[in-house]
Amino acid sequence: MRFFSTSFFRGLIAQAAGTVLGMGLVMALRVIFGLPLSSPVEADDAHIREIIVVGGVIVGAITFMIGAGVFTDWFKWARGEETSDDHTPDPSKPNWMRYFSVDFDHKVIGVQYGVTSLLLLLFGGIFAMLFRIELSGSGITFLNSEIFKVLLGYDGPHLYNTLMSLHGIVMIAGILLGVGAMSNYLVPMLIGANDMAFPRLNAFAFWINVPGAAILLSSLFFGGFDTGWVGYPPLSLRAPLGMQMFLIGVYLVGLSSIAGSINVIVTTLTMRAKGMSMFRMPIFCWAALATALLQFTATQLIGLSFQLVMLERLLGMTFFDSLKGGDPVLYQHLFWFYSHPAVYVFILPGLGVISELLPVFSRKPLYGTRWVALSSFGIAVVSFFVWAHHMFVSGMSPFLRIPFMYSTLLVAVPTGVKFFSWAATLWQGKIIFKTPMLFALGAVVIFLLGGVTGPPLATIATDLHLHDTWFVVGHFHDTMFGGFIFPFVAAIFYWFPKMTGRMYNEKQGKIQFWLMFIGFMLMSNLQLVLGLLGMRRRVVDFDAALGFDTMQLALTIGGFMVFFGMLLFAYNIIRSWTKGEVAEGNVWDSRSPEWQKPNPMPLHNYEHPFEVVGEPYDYGLPNSRYVNMNPAGESPAAH
Amino acid sequence: MSAVESYATKLVRNRMGLWLFIISDAFVFVGLFVARMVLLGDTRPELDQGLGLAVTIMLLVSSFFMNRAEVEMAHGNRPAFLRNTFITMALGVIFLLGVVGVEWQIAHFGPADGQQGAVFYAMTGFHAFHVLTGVIFLFIVWNNGRRGHYSAEKHWAVEACAIYWHFVDVVWMFFYVGLYLLGTPIV
Repeated sequence: MRFFSTSFFRGLIAQAAGTVLGMGLVMALRVIFGLPLSSPVEADDAHIREIIVVGGVIVGAITFMIGAGVFTDWFKWARGEETSDDHTPDPSKPNWMRYFSVDFDHKVIGVQYGVTSLLLLLFGGIFAMLFRIELSGSGITFLNSEIFKVLLGYDGPHLYNTLMSLHGIVMIAGILLGVGAMSNYLVPMLIGANDMAFPRLNAFAFWINVPGAAILLSSLFFGGFDTGWVGYPPLSLRAPLGMQMFLIGVYLVGLSSIAGSINVIVTTLTMRAKGMSMFRMPIFCWAALATALLQFTATQLIGLSFQLVMLERLLGMTFFDSLKGGDPVLYQHLFWFYSHPAVYVFILPGLGVISELLPVFSRKPLYGTRWVALSSFGIAVVSFFVWAHHMFVSGMSPFLRIPFMYSTLLVAVPTGVKFFSWAATLWQGKIIFKTPMLFALGAVVIFLLGGVTGPPLATIATDLHLHDTWFVVGHFHDTMFGGFIFPFVAAIFYWFPKMTGRMYNEKQGKIQFWLMFIGFMLMSNLQLVLGLLGMRRRVVDFDAALGFDTMQLALTIGGFMVFFGMLLFAYNIIRSWTKGEVAEGNVWDSRSPEWQKPNPMPLHNYEHPFEVVGEPYDYGLPNSRYVNMNPAGESPAAH
Repeated sequence: MSAVESYATKLVRNRMGLWLFIISDAFVFVGLFVARMVLLGDTRPELDQGLGLAVTIMLLVSSFFMNRAEVEMAHGNRPAFLRNTFITMALGVIFLLGVVGVEWQIAHFGPADGQQGAVFYAMTGFHAFHVLTGVIFLFIVWNNGRRGHYSAEKHWAVEACAIYWHFVDVVWMFFYVGLYLLGTPIV
């Protein structure tokens, strides 16, 4: 029954009430200004309904935040009241309640991000499995089932388009939350801080995702949308009401991204432990910093482009509709200015995790540490100048293609720095094949595939052929699995004892790895092959005469192997959380400061600040030290 | 290290955080300006020049009073701080009334009338929303100041409010040029 007093539950109740209230408010305003509430013309009627629903949904998102209590401290500040900075939890409440409540501890927020991320990845996976069943053979069969028509009111190609679009955007939201999970949980711990710079902003950044995700997923029940995750007008101007849910949901997740990234930047720049110069900062923190730089600037432009589409739909303002003189290519510029850097937001923290794990499990220093640190920044800077490579066939001025081709190929340079560092770190190392290491190595292999399939898409001549084929899909899945999914799983396994004080199940972890690795290889390589053979993206059906049936079936099997691997992962962590073997001390023999503390991490990370006295990754070098956990020389019993 | 950090440490972080927010927010306005250049090019909406100039002067002058308010608070002069904050707030409200209350009503096009409507209402609307939040922020600072909350040493809220207000003002300097001066009017 205590669940009913959590922020999560109260927030949802407030959101439901707020949505109804907001719809009433819009209707009242329409009455006051003498506007009609319905219309005999079906198109006008749908438009009026859309205005009312959108108003309600926006108010609902705000009331969620108020109901959950995220704004409480800020309201107090506005009234001139002081709030306490001591975030010690109420001992009368059970510990699990903290995870469903507004909590300012970065470790709790990190876990909240992580669990929400995995839930969204699960939803994205289910959507993918649904349309994979459809695509395993030619002809439209499965998605024409009666059940979809009854449940959702639509089926067939439109359902396929909706599932395909939702798969894309829900996965992206899940990945963004996973990035938030890693940077919130790890950054303060790795740099020796006790929390993030702005704990309340941190809580805001997590909780805004909850109404955001709910609204995004609700688009399924508002007629869906058929634009893909890019939402290009003019199609997005004509799509059903579900389009608006997509736009609002992504906007809220974007807000989270911006607020979270400002927090990460200030934390890494001002709260590092004594002696931790920038180049002694762990690589993951460099990656998180570079990611945050992208997030807090570029995200605004996807927010803007989505708001402009919303305004065009609601008020008829002509930005993008070429029939009325608008410019659809303008949308693509605004959209890709975010959405290209966004893919580096997805992968940079993951690549940071790989660089963290390889030296630990090969017992060797990370090769070229400084160059690896700077390579994250190299990728981040270059990524601002490559966006139009998504638009080689969109009717943009042809002379713009050449500079964007060269800048895109330039990305290979800093990425190559990372690859050579990884290879040199592994070279002649005493590699320990534990589950996190397996996933890190799998990530390197898969990301390499993503890397080598990039240049054919960056080069104009080949892109004109490959654009909008499954080759793009294969390339993108390679980068996302190598750059995010595999490293994210590795990070969860690696820091699992730190989070829970218990060990995951090693055997299940290894089964999961081989299931996912083999399944993924099957899936993505077939995507690449089918793309080269001419399979178009975003189509529900293909001609049986093309002879793709066997490959499509194998692809579906590969996809399901990945899906079941992730289900096994969920089972493993849920079970190990309470029943796993107790993990004590420095499980991985790591030099990093958080492993010098007990498991799980104490409430206020470091009661006594440590001092950095050496390089972070000098594994295997005699007499090298990274941290002095006890610089004042106090006896450990005193803490 | 104590759980409660010193005011000075927090001030450094707060300042950095606010400037990062402002850089971030500036991207929205840059995006809007780019949209204006793409859609309208070397034309501009036909607007009331006198009114545009008047509201622009109001907002510019308000930044002067905002600066006075902050400096007076830094010197510990509460009455002068309150007076100047109130004037800033009043000028902000006049600006809002001028743009939303008058210019939006007398413009000979609505938001749905072609690109000039879209660009004009989007640019002024996004900016007016920021002015509105700025006015609310000013009211909070004024109200708390009235109840004796700030001192010469500790007045981060006043400083934050001032930086935000100047930012909103600087944005309008560009938007005024983009909407009222650049190019030839669309008849």
